[in-house]
Amino acid sequence: MYSDTDPAATARVTWPYATLRRAWGPVLALGALVVVALFAPVLAPYDPAAQPDIIGLKDLGPSLAHPFGTDAFSRDVLSRAMYGARVSLSVAALATAITVTLGTVYGAVAGYVGGAVDTVMMRIVDAFLAVPRILLLITVVALWQQLSLWPLVAVLGITGWFGLSRLVRAQVLALRGQEYIVAAQSLGATGGRILTRHILPNVLPTVIVAAALGVGQVIVLEAGLSYLGLGVQPPDASWGNIIQDGADQIGTLWWISLFPGLLIVATAIASNSLGEALRGALDPRGTTRTTVPIWRLWTGRQGVVVHGEGRPPVAPTTR
Amino acid sequence: MTGGGRGRGVAAFMASRLAQAVVVIAAVATFVFVLIHMAPGDPFAAALDNPHVTESMRARWRAAYGLDRPLGEQYVRYIANLARGDLGWSFSMRRPVREVLGDALPNTLLLAGSALVLGFGAGIALAVVQARRPGSRADRTIGAVSMFFYTMPDFWLALMMVLIFAYWFPILPAAGAIDPVMHDYMGAGARGLDRVRHLVLPAVTLALLSAAGVARYQRAELLRVLPDDFVRTARAKGLPEHRILTRHVLRNALIPTVSLLGLSLPVLFTGAVFVERVFAWPGMGWVVLNAVATRDYPLVTAGVIIAAAIVTVASLATDLLYAVVDPRVQRH
Amino acid sequence: MTEPLLRVTDLRTYFHDNGAVSRAVDGVSFDVMPGETVAVVGESGSGKSVTALSILRLIRSPGVIEPGSRIDFDGRDLLTLNDSEMRSVRGNRVSMIFQEPMSALNPVLTVGDQVAEVVRVHTGGTRKAAWQLAVDMLALTGIPAAAERAREYPHQLSGGMRQRVMIAMALVMHPALVIADEPTTALDVTIQAQILELLSDLRRQFGMSVLLISHDLGVVAEVADRVVVMYGGEVVEQASVTELFEAAHHPYTEGLLSAMPRLNQRSERLVTIPGIVPPSTAWPSGCRFRDRCSYAWDRCAEEHPPLYTVGEQHRSRCHLADEPLHRLERHEPMAAQLGEGA
Repeated sequence: MYSDTDPAATARVTWPYATLRRAWGPVLALGALVVVALFAPVLAPYDPAAQPDIIGLKDLGPSLAHPFGTDAFSRDVLSRAMYGARVSLSVAALATAITVTLGTVYGAVAGYVGGAVDTVMMRIVDAFLAVPRILLLITVVALWQQLSLWPLVAVLGITGWFGLSRLVRAQVLALRGQEYIVAAQSLGATGGRILTRHILPNVLPTVIVAAALGVGQVIVLEAGLSYLGLGVQPPDASWGNIIQDGADQIGTLWWISLFPGLLIVATAIASNSLGEALRGALDPRGTTRTTVPIWRLWTGRQGVVVHGEGRPPVAPTTR
Repeated sequence: MTGGGRGRGVAAFMASRLAQAVVVIAAVATFVFVLIHMAPGDPFAAALDNPHVTESMRARWRAAYGLDRPLGEQYVRYIANLARGDLGWSFSMRRPVREVLGDALPNTLLLAGSALVLGFGAGIALAVVQARRPGSRADRTIGAVSMFFYTMPDFWLALMMVLIFAYWFPILPAAGAIDPVMHDYMGAGARGLDRVRHLVLPAVTLALLSAAGVARYQRAELLRVLPDDFVRTARAKGLPEHRILTRHVLRNALIPTVSLLGLSLPVLFTGAVFVERVFAWPGMGWVVLNAVATRDYPLVTAGVIIAAAIVTVASLATDLLYAVVDPRVQRH
Repeated sequence: MTEPLLRVTDLRTYFHDNGAVSRAVDGVSFDVMPGETVAVVGESGSGKSVTALSILRLIRSPGVIEPGSRIDFDGRDLLTLNDSEMRSVRGNRVSMIFQEPMSALNPVLTVGDQVAEVVRVHTGGTRKAAWQLAVDMLALTGIPAAAERAREYPHQLSGGMRQRVMIAMALVMHPALVIADEPTTALDVTIQAQILELLSDLRRQFGMSVLLISHDLGVVAEVADRVVVMYGGEVVEQASVTELFEAAHHPYTEGLLSAMPRLNQRSERLVTIPGIVPPSTAWPSGCRFRDRCSYAWDRCAEEHPPLYTVGEQHRSRCHLADEPLHRLERHEPMAAQLGEGA
């Protein structure tokens, strides 16, 4: 659709309020998790590595003193989970930041330059997309033996940007032909300037949404890797390796695996909901899609509006 | 636009996509090669643990495997071997990689295939239920449950399934593809049943995750199609509701789901890796994980390349299917 | 005195949305005789399309056909039929032609399939027989090489062809009544003429009645026998087509007629009716047209006019029928004075 004005300008102003209105729940939940993660040393009832009573406190189920129970090393699972939050959340945030940066830059360049360069760049992306991300991660991690935290974050970030680059490229291609871009070019603006001042701000909504959704994905991925023993190494806690601690004895020590898993699910749901809400709030065409949040399940009235215009949500991306 | 012209168009389309697929697989193989040789250490690192292995033995091994040759020559041999189908020798299994994967791949395909069928079937059915009355309690419940399963880590769900169905209500086996002790002594029918019983938990785990994603996507598609004018025309013709649903609504709303099938393959592979680990299902994911643990590089790399190949071929098949199913796709 | 084929009595279709009620059709009554073409004319927002959809009971939630309405077709009140009885009426005894043929046809089925489908649903015949009937019908609507075209998909045909397909779908079961909702609006002018001619021919061939919905008086003049003018969800004038064009009574009809561009027009500016249609959630009190009317006086705001009889088979919902002298007091409508519309 041709437009001679910047369509995203209004959306940029109002999006924080629109998002909060739709998704105050997820925002609150994520905020709470971040607070817990930041203040874990203060909030945790016990030292996550402490083993005060190796016999007496071993393998206890949930109780008032230990809401998440204790594990085979007599450590309090709740405290470990809180410290685990620090690790899991920061890994997810940093890796997503890397992903988003790489994907945006690559996609924008490919879309803007176009031609043969674009084709080659996208073929490379296609090749990477053919490999399931988890296999790629396992291979890389295995080849370098165990990875310490920073390299792990880097690898997680580097393996995730392919899909986003495609999305960004498509948007940039579409935007390139808009009249206001041509107008800017005719006024003598250079490619770099056009990219930063005109195109990138309009690509920002897609990127922000991808970031929110990406955090959820990376949390799950990191948990998986840690569960396999390839991610965060003990004695450091991450939600994934706590689950691993309890996996072999899932029948008897079920609490060790259950609670961190629930935390992962909660975080992933919250970031997904946030992503969807952001997508709705940032869409400059103002599509009226309201999804009813979970907690309104039994009390809400009919709150679902059948689509405005535009395509349905993007298919679930690879995990 | 005669039938003959369309036939030629399809053949050309297929040929070009096949060529692209080969290029992609070659690119993946190259990338894996680069990765291997960038990594520290060498493939005999596992053997380093063994104090009886002397330096001269290792030198001989290296020569035998061509690891002392220049990189370029190694690459050419590597690609040539791949093209011939020679995937190397697995140190940990002491068998050709091809055989190891040949045994494991059908298991993964069985698991992924069942999960795909169950997942898409359930997902589409749920979406239809949701789309009939958007905003109703049923719609919102299914939507919430879908969201829950969709974001869940596969290995955690697998563990919970084991907990519930193998420990708390021990009705199904939680490990392996067959009963390790009794299977060979069973009659043909009992053997089949044994296999099915072992397939249920892992397949249902994967299917649950896949169904959730499919339901979300399909619901949106259905809600997009249902208000379309041609549905109203179908009603004005006096067609019964079920016919309108199947012949008109679904036939349109399912078309994008075909492309979702292609996208689901990588997801299923991911899920399969963890699910195979939890349920000790002897498929590709399990094999690759073990290979990683024993640093059996030929096996790991071959696994990755084969997985990429399968995903690429499946994606090609999906595109073809899409072109067949949607008459609006240009076929020349 | 023959019985009317279709008799709509006090039809009211309301849309309920979060407490607000949109009275899209608010007490509409008219007849259609066998073999007659009746045109329902009005602007968008007048309720004419909703009326058409209501007859076939194609109104979905949140729209409801209010109790008290009656739609008698061939002796039975359609509103009392159950689902399966209604389905045997649709496409079979009463069928409908829609406005936008591209979106009204299923994009993934061949056009032959879509016509044959009507046959198969209403008769028990074989696929082959149904297909043959479909091809014959498509040929009858003037589609060349019908047997080959039937195997094609809607996106492969031109707009005019697609509309012919819609007509074939509607007529293949030889219904007694065809409702055509703006059948030519989405087409080029040259194609419009062809389609109208086709409709007239077929109507004569099959001896059916046509209920034509349109906003285009030129089209109406060509094909209609009688005209029903709608405004504000109501019938404001009913007459034979000659009577309407020669001696229109209601000020709205007058406005519509003078707004028609004519070849021998003397003035250069097109005449328009000032103001816009009021929202269907809040019809004004009294006469709904009063703000845009050049003759309105205080009675028009206080008393909702009934349908007065102003001639043979000619009725008009205007107090001028009762107090004709006010026609001499032409003035600027309220809407123009307030600067609304242009």
